[in-house]
Amino acid sequence: MQAFMTLRIALRALARNKLRAFLTMLGIIIGVGAVIAMVAIGEGAKSTIRAQIAALGTNVLIVLPGSNVQGGVRAGFGNVNTLLDSDGKAMARELPSVAFVSPVLRRQDQVVAGNLNWGTLAQGVAPEFQQIRDWQVAEGRFLHEGDMDSAAKVAVIGQTVARQLFGNDDALDAVIRIRNIPFRVVGVLGAKGQTGQGTDQDDTIMIPYTTMQKRLMRITWVQSIVVKAVSAERVEEAQEQISLLLRQRHRIGPEREDDFNVRNLSDIAEAATTTARVMAVLLGSVASISLLVGGIGIMNIMLVSVTERTREIGIRMAVGARSRDIMLQFLVEAVVMAATGGLIGILLGVGSSEVIKQWAQWPTLIDPAIIAIAFLFSGAVGVFFGFYPAKKAANLDPIDALRYE
Amino acid sequence: MSELIRVEDVHKTYRMGDVEVPALRGINLTIAQGEFVAVMGSSGSGKSTLMNILGCLDRPNTGKYFLEGHEVGSLKPDQWAYIRNKRIGFVFQGFNLLSRTTALENVELPMMYNGFAGQERHQRAIEVLALVGLDKRVDHTPNQLSGGQQQRVAIARALVNRPSLILADEPTGNLDSATSNEIMALFQQLNTGQGITIILVTHEADIAAYARRQIVFRDGLVISDRVSEQVIAKMEH
Repeated sequence: MQAFMTLRIALRALARNKLRAFLTMLGIIIGVGAVIAMVAIGEGAKSTIRAQIAALGTNVLIVLPGSNVQGGVRAGFGNVNTLLDSDGKAMARELPSVAFVSPVLRRQDQVVAGNLNWGTLAQGVAPEFQQIRDWQVAEGRFLHEGDMDSAAKVAVIGQTVARQLFGNDDALDAVIRIRNIPFRVVGVLGAKGQTGQGTDQDDTIMIPYTTMQKRLMRITWVQSIVVKAVSAERVEEAQEQISLLLRQRHRIGPEREDDFNVRNLSDIAEAATTTARVMAVLLGSVASISLLVGGIGIMNIMLVSVTERTREIGIRMAVGARSRDIMLQFLVEAVVMAATGGLIGILLGVGSSEVIKQWAQWPTLIDPAIIAIAFLFSGAVGVFFGFYPAKKAANLDPIDALRYE
Repeated sequence: MSELIRVEDVHKTYRMGDVEVPALRGINLTIAQGEFVAVMGSSGSGKSTLMNILGCLDRPNTGKYFLEGHEVGSLKPDQWAYIRNKRIGFVFQGFNLLSRTTALENVELPMMYNGFAGQERHQRAIEVLALVGLDKRVDHTPNQLSGGQQQRVAIARALVNRPSLILADEPTGNLDSATSNEIMALFQQLNTGQGITIILVTHEADIAAYARRQIVFRDGLVISDRVSEQVIAKMEH
C-alpha cells in the first residue's frame, strides 16, 4: 500500500476521535514542551554561568619565564630574563585566538602621600590590563598608550590604597611617591574585593609597565605576560599558539625544553564544564521520563483502538490486507500522534521559554539541535510504543476478527 | 465449463479446551466456473467452516483445496491475502462495511491493497456501484443507507477487483423478504450476466432456490448435492 494512502487512513482514523487523539497527544505535548523549556532555561543559566566564570578569568592565560637553575638551586618561575615586552606585542599581533595582552611587573613598595604611607603591591601594566581583568575605573581614567610610550609617572590606585592614603579626600591629581619618585594619581579603580585566597585585590596601585621597568626596577625584561583569549573555548588553542610562537621567537630547538610557562585557570573552567554536564544529564533524564509517560499513553490508547476496531481489521484482512499492511496502518497512526504531539510540544516549549524570558527575566537559550532531537525522539516514542499494539492488530485471525462484536 | 474449485478429502477439527469438535469429516467437492451454488445445513453442520477454507481464511487439517487448478490450502498468510484480494469477493450477513466511511470509499478499500492509482480506483468503484444500482448514493455512509443498500455496497466491494468467485455467507440473513429477493436477483444477474461463480451459504430453502445447485451439509459431511432444473426467475428491478 502506498505510503501516502497509509498516512491518509491514519489521519482519518485519528480525526474520528479528535478529543481522544488530542488527550493522547497531550502526554507527548507536555513532555516535549517541558523538555524544550527546561533545556532552554538550563542553557540560559549555563551561558550566564559561563559569562560569569569568564569574568573571573577562565579565558585568561599567564605566561611566565622558565625557572632559573643555578648550581642546582631551582628558583621559582619568573626569575629569569627570557620574557620580553616584544614577546607580548608579537602575541597580540600574530595570534588570532588572543584578544588582549599585557605585561605585568610586580613589586611590593611603600607608597607615600603627604604625611601618610602605605605598603602595597605596585603593578606595572599596559592599558589592555583593564580589559583583561574587566576592571572598572571609579574616578579619572585608566592608563593609556601615551603613558607607556613616555614611561609617564602616573598611577591608578586601588580602593584600599585610596582609603588608606587619602581617607575621604579626593585622590585624583594628588601626588604620591614611590621610592621618592613622584607619581600623579590619574584614576581610582572600582572595588574588586578579595580573591578566593583572601588577598585584597583593591590593595594595589598600577603604573605603566615601562615606568616600572625603567624607573623602579631598572630591568628590560618583563616578569609575566597576561593574555586574554578571545573566548573560553579558545583558551587551549591560544595556549598552544603562544607556546609555538615563543619557542620560535626564543629559538628553542626541538629537543630543548620551553624557557617559559603558560598557565591557565583550568580548574574553574573544568568545574564549569562538569556543572554543565551534570545539568545536561539531569535534563536528559527528565526528558526521557516525561516522554516515556507520554509514550505509555499512546500505547494504552492504541491498544484500546485495536480492540475497538477488531472488526475493521477483519474486514481489511478479508478484502486482502496483509499482516504488514495492518501493522503499518496502526504504527503510522501511533507515529502521527507522537510526531504531531512532538510538534505542538515544540511550539509550547519555545513559547513558554519566551514567556519565561519576558516575564521572569530569566535568560533562556533555545538550541535548534534540541528541537530536532525532541522531534525525532517523539517520533521514536511513537514507533516504540506503537509497535506492540500494531503487532497485536496484525496478528489477529481474520475469522475471529470478523466475528468480533 | 472449466473447474474453479476442487476440494479433496478435507478434514477440519476444532479444539475446544480438551474436546475435539470435528467440523468437516472428509469433504470432496468440485465447482465449475460460472456455477451458482447454495450451501445449506443447520448450524454446526460444517458449512461455515467450508466457506472459511474456500475463502482462504482457514486451513484444512488434512486434504487439499485447489482454486483455479492451484493448491492454495497450504499457502502462507500473505499469499492468501493476495488471493482474497484478487480472486475472491466476500459478502457477509452483517454487511461488514467500514462505518463512517462512504459507500465509495468502502468499495475502494480492496483496491487500496493492490496498488491501484487514485483515479482508476475511483473510476472502477463508481462503475461497480452503478452495476449494483447505487450510483446515486456513492457519498452516503452505511448509517445513511438501508440494509439492502448496505448489502449492495458490500456486493460492489466484493466485485471491484473482478474476482472469479464470490462467497456469500447468509447475505440475506439480516434483510426482510422483499429486500432479500432483490439481493438474490442481483446475485443471479451477476452470475448469468458477468459469469461470476457464486457460493452462497444459507439455511433458508427459498433463498437456496435461487441457486442452480444445492449442497446440503450435516455433521461435517455432504449429504445431498443436486442440480435443480427449475430456478426462480430473475426478478426485474
